[in-house]
Amino acid sequence: MARYIGKRMFYMLITLILIATFTFFLMKILPGSPIASADRLSPEQRAIVEASYGLDRPLPVQYFDYMFGLVQGDLGVSINQFKGAPVTDIILNRIGPSAQIGFQGMLFGTIIGILFGMIAAVKQNSWIDYTSTTVAIIGISIPSFVFASLLQYWLAVEWQLFPVAFWKDGFMSSVLPSLALAMFPLATAARFIRSEMIEVLGSDYITLAKAKGASGSEIAFKHAFRNALIPLITVLGPMAVSILTGSLVVEQIFAIPGIGEQFVTSIIVQDFSIIMGTTMFFSIFLILVILLVDILYGVIDPRIRLSGGKN
Amino acid sequence: MKNSKLFWLLGLVLVLGMFLAACGGGDEAEEEGTDTPTETETPAEGEGESEGTETAGEPDAEQVLNLVESADIPTMDSAIAEDAVAFNILNNVNEGLFRLNEENVAIPALAEGEPEISEDGLTYTFKLRDANWSDGTPITANDFVFSWQRALDPAVGSPYGPYMMAGTIAGATEVSEGADPSTLGVVAEDDKTLVVTLERPTPYFMSLMAFGTFYPQNEEFVTAQGADYAQTSENLLYNGPFVLSNWDITQGGGWTMEKNPEYWDAETVTLETINVSVVKETATAINSYDTGDIDRAGLSAEYALQRGEDPDVVKELEPTLFYLKFNQERNGEETPLANVNIRKALSMAFNKQDLVDVVLANGSLPANYLVPTEFAFTENGEDFREVNGDLTEFNAEQAKEFWATGLEEIGETEVTLELLGGDSELAGKMDAYLKDQMETNLEGLTVNLKAVPFAVRLELDESQDYDIQNSGWGPDFQDPMTFIDLFVTGSSHNLMSYSNEEFDSLVEQAKGELATDLEGRWQAMADAERILIEEDAAIAPIYQRGLMSLQKPYVKNIISHPFGGDYSYKWAYISGKE
Repeated sequence: MARYIGKRMFYMLITLILIATFTFFLMKILPGSPIASADRLSPEQRAIVEASYGLDRPLPVQYFDYMFGLVQGDLGVSINQFKGAPVTDIILNRIGPSAQIGFQGMLFGTIIGILFGMIAAVKQNSWIDYTSTTVAIIGISIPSFVFASLLQYWLAVEWQLFPVAFWKDGFMSSVLPSLALAMFPLATAARFIRSEMIEVLGSDYITLAKAKGASGSEIAFKHAFRNALIPLITVLGPMAVSILTGSLVVEQIFAIPGIGEQFVTSIIVQDFSIIMGTTMFFSIFLILVILLVDILYGVIDPRIRLSGGKN
Repeated sequence: MKNSKLFWLLGLVLVLGMFLAACGGGDEAEEEGTDTPTETETPAEGEGESEGTETAGEPDAEQVLNLVESADIPTMDSAIAEDAVAFNILNNVNEGLFRLNEENVAIPALAEGEPEISEDGLTYTFKLRDANWSDGTPITANDFVFSWQRALDPAVGSPYGPYMMAGTIAGATEVSEGADPSTLGVVAEDDKTLVVTLERPTPYFMSLMAFGTFYPQNEEFVTAQGADYAQTSENLLYNGPFVLSNWDITQGGGWTMEKNPEYWDAETVTLETINVSVVKETATAINSYDTGDIDRAGLSAEYALQRGEDPDVVKELEPTLFYLKFNQERNGEETPLANVNIRKALSMAFNKQDLVDVVLANGSLPANYLVPTEFAFTENGEDFREVNGDLTEFNAEQAKEFWATGLEEIGETEVTLELLGGDSELAGKMDAYLKDQMETNLEGLTVNLKAVPFAVRLELDESQDYDIQNSGWGPDFQDPMTFIDLFVTGSSHNLMSYSNEEFDSLVEQAKGELATDLEGRWQAMADAERILIEEDAAIAPIYQRGLMSLQKPYVKNIISHPFGGDYSYKWAYISGKE
């Protein structure tokens, strides 16, 4: 196991270096200047401002300088979005709200989704089944920002149950964005659990359990559920990705000072250091999630061997 | 089985119903038609508040204003500020020698009375009033010397320092390129006397002194803070009507402004607290306005159409002008636009009134001029526009005549031109409208639209790689010159190979020998504008931008400014909010 993780870590490092390199040079190809008032300055004045950010140095020098800083955990300072502020601090200060709504959304969505899926499987072809399938289809096909707008309009403006926006009322502020983000995991979990459960419920060992006189709920939870969980874990990774990308817009709609909306802005204003820093942060996060999912496989189903070569 | 189908149907109807109802409420779904009757239900509480206005006058006991801003503060360091948000906050928590008052006239602020001006108009001697920073230390003349020198320091990399000072303050260009900062024409004669030497007489110099880049900074404080300076609201000093609090540059979300007890004119300030939240989505801001969380929300394009008739709407006219640039030389070759009749035809071929009424619908004005209306005034309050009036107008018949003459002169029957514009939804709609109007009114004309992001447009502008460009400009100081000198030969904003000796010499005179002859200078600028638009049709003015906002009726006296900080809350107060 340790060897497997070590190997994976090595590949992760290479992936990260590649991502950093690609992002760096893609950024440099982008036309335009990071100076907000570039249209007002003469070319000479612009050159002086750019030089003060070190942007006048040859590209390879900038690249190695950046990579060297990256290895030491130094992401540089913001150029124009938050002039002179350390990028590391900006990201650290904004993870909180994003992590909270992302985690709450994923947790709530997955739990409710699993329940929906299980009930639908046990009561196959009943009205509960059809309702949950409908919800699943809606949840997958409609993007989270549409839910965000609907939730904001109905629950906050019309019925005034929750704050419309802002990050000021603690947990209450996090409810609507979390719900908006929960729709996709909910739908995904419901769909996967339903189809897996139906398959598992039809297998021989369930028939055996029934023959031995195990009760319905005992079969569903103790015997079928664990096996039905594996495919769900497969989609946890991509789900985390979709929560991340979804949060970019959801944060904007609920005016939450999270890392997603800040990333969007940094791209619009071409703040090179923040774009790089946030991209690296997202990449590390995703790669870790994927590793975690792979390790979880082995924990849930011992038949899946990670190390390989032992068959 | 039949039963299950019914449930399917029911589910679908429920979901669809949810969407349709929400669209009717004027929520997010911009794409769909939103003019359903349910729309009017939204501002239910509006009626209750409008009663409040009748008892208006006396300020309420609670003086709290809740606002939104469209972006986080990028910097609070006045030396390196370059954007609207920063200049707006700076204008409310800091102050310069002068400040724009409620009538948008620059009046002495930290300066005690008008400065002494030498006869040649080159030396200004300011006496400072007794005023303190928010930590109690007195504001001295050295605070100005320090901050101006700092704004020019190449290591600081301020965009606006060199931009605002070069060519105006003596020695500024050299200092911005690395010369000894002490050669800059600003000297502290003693603690309360500041002497500024100019490169050329500058009649609008007082209004410059109200601009954020020229605010003072306390040398001792800035140096002691080092890299931490202006990173949080604690690492700053204030000398304006309010002080900033709850702000950290690395944390988003918002900030608070509180009344500054150390402000020299604190008795004028009524508001105690201003809470500002950052909201980037117009829909979110409007929803927050409707629930009463915030007191003011801007209406962008599609929302201006939806809510334009709301009784809470306040309108402002901005001094920002949009116009078409006609490029006369592309890739070293003359374009059809080098012909003056072709340019005149194009500039008269589109209906501006319909454009502002139907396409923009945000309170903008059709523009037949370059220098905006309600922007620059003579000493007796006469608008520059009253001097010069309209210089062009929509006239399809005349456009056709010019077009025929022009085509004959260049020996063509068909012309294809590229129209370069922005990539926003509004810019797209506007450019499509212009294309349609021009092609309809001018036979043989094909206009190809090219929509690009701002940064790309700047690059294409710089390499003069376009035919027609939809462009805009807002002022940096309160004088027609901020618009007019854009188009002198060789200006870094001309970039369309326009050159007219008479125009150049009029601008030169206005900047030079006429600088102290206010009336003659005004006339020279008026004549120059007339040549640019009426005679040469070098550019085609389109519209002057308007802005609509929803504002609660109990909010009084927020002053909007034509340049520098957009708003002043110094005179604002709350009255009639139960």
